[in-house]
Amino acid sequence: MTAVSASVRPGRLKEFWRYFSENHGAVAGLVLFAALVFVALAAPLFAPFNPDQQFRDALLVPPMTRGSEGLFLLGTDALGRDILSRLIYGARFSLFIGVVVVSVSLIGGVIIGMFAGFFRGWVDTTIMRVMDVILAFPSLLLALTLVAILGPGLTNAMIAIAIVAQPHYVRLTRAAVLSERNRDYVTAARVSGAGPLWLMFVTILPNCMAPLIVQAALSFSGAILDAAALGFLGMGAQPPTPEWGTMLAEAREFITRAWWVVTFPGLAILITVLAINLMGDGLRDALDPKLKRS
Amino acid sequence: MPILEISNLSVDFRTVGGQFRAVDGVSMTVEPGEIVSIVGESGSGKSVSMLALMGLLPWTATITADKMMFDGKDLLTIPARERRRIVGKDLAMIFQEPMSSLNPCYTVGWQIGEVLKVHLGLDKRARRDRTVELLELVGIPSAAERLDTYPHQMSGGMNQRVMIAMAIACNPKLLIADEPTTALDVTIQAQILDLLAKLQRETGMALVLITHDMGVVAETANRVSVQYAGQKVEEQPVSELFADPHHPYTAALLSALPERATTRRLPSIPGVVPGQYDRPSGCLFSPRCAFVTERCVEKAPVTQGQAAGYALCHYPLNQGKPVGHPGPAAILDRRLSA
Amino acid sequence: MNAPVSPNVVLEAQHLARHYSLKRGMFAEPATVRALSEASFKLSAGKTLAVVGESGCGKSTLARLVTMIEPPTAGELIIDGKQVHHTEAPSHELRRKVQIVFQDPYGSLNPRQKVGTILEEPLRLNTSLSASERQQKARAMMEKVGLRPEHYDRYPHMFSGGQRQRIAIARALMLNPKILVLDEPVSALDVSIQAQVLNLLMDLQQEFGLAYLFISHDLSVVRHIADEVMVMYLGRPVEFGTADEIFNTPRHPYTRALLSATPTTEPEKRRERIRLTGELPSPLRPPRGCAFHPRCPFAYEPCDVDQPKLLQAPGGNAKVACFAVQGELL
Repeated sequence: MTAVSASVRPGRLKEFWRYFSENHGAVAGLVLFAALVFVALAAPLFAPFNPDQQFRDALLVPPMTRGSEGLFLLGTDALGRDILSRLIYGARFSLFIGVVVVSVSLIGGVIIGMFAGFFRGWVDTTIMRVMDVILAFPSLLLALTLVAILGPGLTNAMIAIAIVAQPHYVRLTRAAVLSERNRDYVTAARVSGAGPLWLMFVTILPNCMAPLIVQAALSFSGAILDAAALGFLGMGAQPPTPEWGTMLAEAREFITRAWWVVTFPGLAILITVLAINLMGDGLRDALDPKLKRS
Repeated sequence: MPILEISNLSVDFRTVGGQFRAVDGVSMTVEPGEIVSIVGESGSGKSVSMLALMGLLPWTATITADKMMFDGKDLLTIPARERRRIVGKDLAMIFQEPMSSLNPCYTVGWQIGEVLKVHLGLDKRARRDRTVELLELVGIPSAAERLDTYPHQMSGGMNQRVMIAMAIACNPKLLIADEPTTALDVTIQAQILDLLAKLQRETGMALVLITHDMGVVAETANRVSVQYAGQKVEEQPVSELFADPHHPYTAALLSALPERATTRRLPSIPGVVPGQYDRPSGCLFSPRCAFVTERCVEKAPVTQGQAAGYALCHYPLNQGKPVGHPGPAAILDRRLSA
Repeated sequence: MNAPVSPNVVLEAQHLARHYSLKRGMFAEPATVRALSEASFKLSAGKTLAVVGESGCGKSTLARLVTMIEPPTAGELIIDGKQVHHTEAPSHELRRKVQIVFQDPYGSLNPRQKVGTILEEPLRLNTSLSASERQQKARAMMEKVGLRPEHYDRYPHMFSGGQRQRIAIARALMLNPKILVLDEPVSALDVSIQAQVLNLLMDLQQEFGLAYLFISHDLSVVRHIADEVMVMYLGRPVEFGTADEIFNTPRHPYTRALLSATPTTEPEKRRERIRLTGELPSPLRPPRGCAFHPRCPFAYEPCDVDQPKLLQAPGGNAKVACFAVQGELL
């Protein structure tokens, strides 16, 4: 070749990273989130104590107190359990809730939204009206009602939150499918003999993923928040599970005497949600072609 | 005195993959009352140079030029406020997509009236009269009734007429038409081109017509500037250009037109216009040129004189023969396959 | 019309029509849009029929019928001897005989699929070939259309418009179709690239004996590539004949106007201008009688009353739907 390449065309991933890293908050969020995942996975390595172990001689001790068993970095709760250890193990629950809720609502929402957008007509109308009804309820209230029907517990709380989160995915998927289904490449696939299922999930779906990924990231934090709220109201994870919301609920009565029992679980929720939201904003910048500038 | 004089204009864009030079040392002059056409394929930078003139480029663009004079004013140095007073009044532009160039939320009458209000400060009554007059001028039937219609209620051709009415509202000295008929049907295209030529004759304004369609150029322009990959490669009066193109690119482009073909297989130009990542060394057309030699690859050519159509070429063509060319033996094997 | 089908006619349409009903609010009667009416033609293997017209003339609807994306409302469509049903979906075997290449090379390739996947998809859907056989076929086709082997693993966004159109052509040919519908295949391309793609199309036609239904508004391209030309206006054919006859002796006033409106670079070819006034009418409210009469410089009494039929023109072989031509007034 006589041509001298002045600069090399960036690959897809590199381009994505460039747009993503332009947003410093997003990078900070990503780092924080990665750290959180790591801590949750390696909880036994980081936690100084067993989260359920009660130290009867150290009830409600403030942070940085040295007990007979060791240092309670963030203090202990009313039953003498180390708060730091409980928070570290609690991260597992929060992330688990996020992953499960997002997966369930994403998969369900995508399938329902795909059918609505692809087939239109009465299928579309029926599905979208049902979604409108779900969206008409205040989300936490609806989740509460569902848990009340299903019975309290972490699993049921997750199911309830997933159902409440679902309509957003349905709407997003439907909107994306509507704009893609009449594109020429879909027609070309149809002419070469593709059936409806192939068209929906092999041809169209990969082209609808960008807004869904952004929504998934943002609703991840929403799910953690909702689960914490349900836990706080006593409808989510049940004690002694070290779930952050449940920890807050247990600490309610000591709020005036021992600030640390409510402050640290609250901070944990705040930081996690903030990190994920920042990351989601970065994802939107990098993936949403409407905001892309070159 | 020319109405527009640009010399050595370059435009660089900041992109993900580094700097990209969209316009590379382009010079042009437009005399009052003249129709100049800028012709080129996509990526030739033909629109970008005019957008730079209008101050309509995004912030990622860097504009450098030795000279950019419009109507005696230096567009490189005048403050933004003064430029805004010129643009839209003395210097107007129409675009390819009439549907997206008009605001769908306002009636066409209101949109034309707004131009008149901003630039001429006419009162409501005078604006209405002038708008009707303009719409009649661009051939919109029952103009007074059309004042209250919205862009989506009219066809593409009608919208392009409205765009033209808006552009000529303040009697501009120079109208830039960027692919004004590309989005329109053939019979409507003919109407719009006739209209532009008629308005140009009647008002004496200068017209810069940006297009990729050689036929449109041949039937409308007085003088043609051919651009390739951001550079001006040739400039000639229209009949001379079609009779005796001096740059190998122009010659190849003309013979690739199906209507000029003599054989069933069309003489195509191999390869593609170089983009950001495959800019060749030396002459930018060298990887696709039929006469390429070592010299073309090594050294960038300089602009030839007027007799050679200002061709940016080492061996400008004369009646299809390259002048000063060392002969067929020196022609490099073209590595890019058709 | 009822002559026996000669063996190499691969596509035949008789009085083909497609109407859409358009809902207009809850209470209004639905309106009928006659997007295509009375289209009749035969297309033989190795030949090119060009369909010419402006927006709303029904050429894209015709493409959708021939590729069996939509069923016809009326009339017969016979593809390789088999009739296309009005209600039933076409069989896989019938479907693979007709493939399509679209105008916009940027929208017609799935941005999330690699070139190899795009080319192999038709084989995956229609044959039981193994993965390696499919890849072999895809690579062979890439070579045929002038793509390099290393392009196999690239995504469409890495290609220029002309190369994308080559990929689209390769995909259309993967199933060895008999008919290729080319819907403005070169109008989005630059002139220098347009010539490359036209050459490729002509080469492929010769090699595979393909029948082309070539839809275009660019008359110079049509003149170069077509054997027969059908000029359409507002859903109806107005003139139909060999390319030579249509271009040398255009008869219908619309054909003449279209030819004279096409800008040309050769002054000696410039025709006497017939400038049409007015806009293309809306297909929702077509004019009475001949749809062209409000813009026609030669319109007279019968034109706004009756629809002219497509009949053989006096003194020629082309068929023309015009009272003035049929009455030898022109």
